[in-house]
Amino acid sequence: MSLGAEARPALPRGVRVAEDRVRGGWVLLAPERALRLDDVGRAVLGEIDGASSLGEIAERLAARYDAPPERVLADADRFLSALRARRMLDLA
Amino acid sequence: MSAPPPVAMLAELTHRCPLSCPYCSNPLELTARAAELSTEEWADAFRQAADLGVLQLHLSGGEPASRRDLEAITAAAAEAGLYTNLITSGVGLTEARLRALDAAGLDHVQLSVQGVDAVSADAIGGYRGGFERKMRVAGWVAEIGFPLTLNAVMHRRNLDRLEETVELALGLGARRLEVACVQFHGWAAANRAALMPTLAQARAAKALVDAKRKDLLGRLVIDFVPPDYHAEFPKACMGGWGSTGINLAPDGRVLPCHAAETIPGLRFESIRDRPLAAIWADGPAFEAFRGTDWMQEPCTSCERRGRDFGGCRCQAAALAGDPAATDPVCSKSPLRPKVDAMIAEAPDDDAPLVHRTPPASA
Repeated sequence: MSLGAEARPALPRGVRVAEDRVRGGWVLLAPERALRLDDVGRAVLGEIDGASSLGEIAERLAARYDAPPERVLADADRFLSALRARRMLDLA
Repeated sequence: MSAPPPVAMLAELTHRCPLSCPYCSNPLELTARAAELSTEEWADAFRQAADLGVLQLHLSGGEPASRRDLEAITAAAAEAGLYTNLITSGVGLTEARLRALDAAGLDHVQLSVQGVDAVSADAIGGYRGGFERKMRVAGWVAEIGFPLTLNAVMHRRNLDRLEETVELALGLGARRLEVACVQFHGWAAANRAALMPTLAQARAAKALVDAKRKDLLGRLVIDFVPPDYHAEFPKACMGGWGSTGINLAPDGRVLPCHAAETIPGLRFESIRDRPLAAIWADGPAFEAFRGTDWMQEPCTSCERRGRDFGGCRCQAAALAGDPAATDPVCSKSPLRPKVDAMIAEAPDDDAPLVHRTPPASA
């Protein structure tokens, strides 16, 4: 269930990125769940604003990290699709 | 300190509750109102919890809305930086109170249902009008926009209506549904004959959950706590005793599990006497079953010991008479035949339910 480059991901109410000040790093907090984020996950979620398409997000990240855009798009899509299946991501 | 910090805290704000479910997870000896922590004591506990590493806070009870300062308690938790989840029956909540909780920073609502219609639900809850009340609360929750989890406690008398329960969750706009089969501790132990699912029900429920999860992927997340008497291996007690979760009783006693008081001989400390971090680090109740050193055979040599941690300590205490024994529901336990005999007992569909009764001073 991939999202595709046109999808506009949005974090629903009750799902947010937070700093884990005791263990270090960042987590995604959601109803009854706390997911530890790696750098890639945090970067992807940091670009989500409910307006940008996944394609635009991937382009921005590819430019910033000097990575191949199609690879960034595929990775971000896989990560976000998994969140969507768990009701931790909406499409605007 | 060797123990990694806890991720989640269950705060039982009060044991008071207008409902009297026959499987209530509160201890048989309920804490009276006069002994409950004050607003400021809860606020301090939440700051200590956040400093210790807790990320998720479950505000529970009893019925947390029975605390008139629930809004102030919630605000203090949000201020401490905790993700706040309200676990409620809905009774005692009004639209105005929910809006105040919204302003206080509440993140999520978990609403319990005892059945899919007023007659069956109110018979279990022992509170006439409760079901209607819950439906109104769910409407306000949706209007305000809180994410909603529906929590359905299931047993022999309602497990055949699991599909309707899923429909109810969808109809109320829930993102998540918890299908929690009754655990037979505390108040529920007296109702085992009346509420124990049959083997056929347990199998049908699992098959239905599997099918619905597939159908509803991306619409509704279903968490399933299967009836553990019917399982081959025990449930992983607390994800490891003293490893991820910490519970605060209404009077400030710090427990490794909400049912830990059913284990004879454990000594619990209070946050009124010692800091939370110290109790977590080396409190006797936390040290009792942390790690694997306390285990006996067949757990000691079992390859699953780091996965299910010997199963439920409370169940071992209740069924084996020894809290360090292998959970008797485990197929490797020498006491497994005793569990099989309990399942095979002729179900008593007419057995009267023994409801929870309030403490003398409530």
